[in-house]
Amino acid sequence: MKIIARMAELGGADSLMDISAAHIDSAIFTGDATLEFAEHLSGLGAHVAVPSSLNVSGLDEFGWQEWAVPPEWAAKAQRQMQAYQKMGCVPIWTCAPYQTEMKPSFGQQVAWGESNAIAFANSVIGARTERYPDLMDICAAITGRVPAAGLHLTRNRKATLLLQLRQIPRKVREDESFYPVLGLLMGTVAENQILAVEGIEVRPTEDQLKAMCAAVSSSGSVALFHLIGITPEARTREDAFQGEEPERIVNVTMEDLRSAYRQLTTSEGEKLDMVVLGSPHFSLAEFQLLAPLLQGKHRHPNVQFLVTTSRGMKLLAEQSGALQPLIDFGGKITVDTCVLTTPMLHPSTHILMTNSAKYSYYAPGLLNTQVVFGSMADCVQSAITGRVVRNNGVWR
Amino acid sequence: MTIRGRIVVAGVAQGEVLASAEPLSFWGGYDQRTGEIIDRRHPLSGCIAAGKILALPSSRGSSTTTAILLESVKLGTAPAAIITNEVDRFFALASIVAEELYGAPIPLVALEEADFDALSSGQHVQIFEDGIVEVQ
Repeated sequence: MKIIARMAELGGADSLMDISAAHIDSAIFTGDATLEFAEHLSGLGAHVAVPSSLNVSGLDEFGWQEWAVPPEWAAKAQRQMQAYQKMGCVPIWTCAPYQTEMKPSFGQQVAWGESNAIAFANSVIGARTERYPDLMDICAAITGRVPAAGLHLTRNRKATLLLQLRQIPRKVREDESFYPVLGLLMGTVAENQILAVEGIEVRPTEDQLKAMCAAVSSSGSVALFHLIGITPEARTREDAFQGEEPERIVNVTMEDLRSAYRQLTTSEGEKLDMVVLGSPHFSLAEFQLLAPLLQGKHRHPNVQFLVTTSRGMKLLAEQSGALQPLIDFGGKITVDTCVLTTPMLHPSTHILMTNSAKYSYYAPGLLNTQVVFGSMADCVQSAITGRVVRNNGVWR
Repeated sequence: MTIRGRIVVAGVAQGEVLASAEPLSFWGGYDQRTGEIIDRRHPLSGCIAAGKILALPSSRGSSTTTAILLESVKLGTAPAAIITNEVDRFFALASIVAEELYGAPIPLVALEEADFDALSSGQHVQIFEDGIVEVQ
């Protein structure tokens, strides 16, 4: 409570308010300090006051032995997982909690951690959360309170920046890579403003919006955006701007998008060591899109193929029959965590290929690897041929 | 030059400035083992920020920025202080928890934009308990 109160004071909030759910990013093991913090709280007997789901951890709890994870890391990461479960958090272990039964509802006041999930909860669902940093999400869950400030309040949710897509052809707007690419650009352009995008005019899937949320919260600090005619607080432009005029209008050109697309790739050659999909965690719908691409094929012996997802989604994929083609292809699956949050990759993995802007954005710094960005089909084709293949016609 | 800043977390520090106009995510952007800035798209990529006065407009990106900054306090690789141009809740929380757990808060000062822009890498600055930043 002391931490919440100090944060309220800093944020200029004059009161606290109740939340009815939380999503906890703090269970990611990053070192001894976060473990000490977790065990300090659980040792005091702390317990969450509202339903609280857990984001990814630092470990695939029952599958880490297959990878390069040091046993000492595994032991500590597991202690941290246990500490949060002891406090009553629900171990869904996923960065896509909005694709589980813990999904919040429109207008619900929640305290969510995990940058992509915050953007999704606010923008796509219309639930209300501030950008909660690790260590604060759990304090909010224990007290059931947050500072009454920021995106919890209607007046702070209006867009002030308008992004227009007047010159972007429909075939680009229908391309799956459009969403992570536009998201990356939105994160860069937004600075501290809430932006609204006008002119998408096709209906994106939930997974495309997920990819956009992951991108926008990697390249920037965007916790809320509006897609006019698509997201729930932006049925119209007036809606998104709460009746006011935009403070700034930016026109997005094809060249802006191509430049953002290029930024997602750091490697220049054809070589690759591994394809990794699933940041945010793969959904059942994505498994079902992937399965026919893999059917009857096998990966090249020099290219690993990995999908990261949650325990729950893995089970659904298995039951639906969409997992078997991945196994037959020579692919692997990791749950509870991802390649960025557990030290699972062998040091000989130098070049990754992915369709995730978030993997692409963070892998060079966190994993010291090069990355190639492409569509799901490009990733599969590259894994089969053993060299980078990109049929990215619309992005040339 | 003397600048009056807003105290976010009070403390004293002095050292060499490492400054950028580009926000930084510490997760994926700061190596807690060495204090190196490792966001390969960031202008300060490759610089060591441990023990320096790090001047950034704000944090960005990942929620785990707080955790990495706290880890760096424990490992002794944190910046000596952080100067921002707006109150950054992520840095503030890491510093507050560092105080609770280790009695070692990171001094944080927020400056007006023009004052922030006047800082550049290589300057020597001293930060006082009352939020005064003295640039030598």
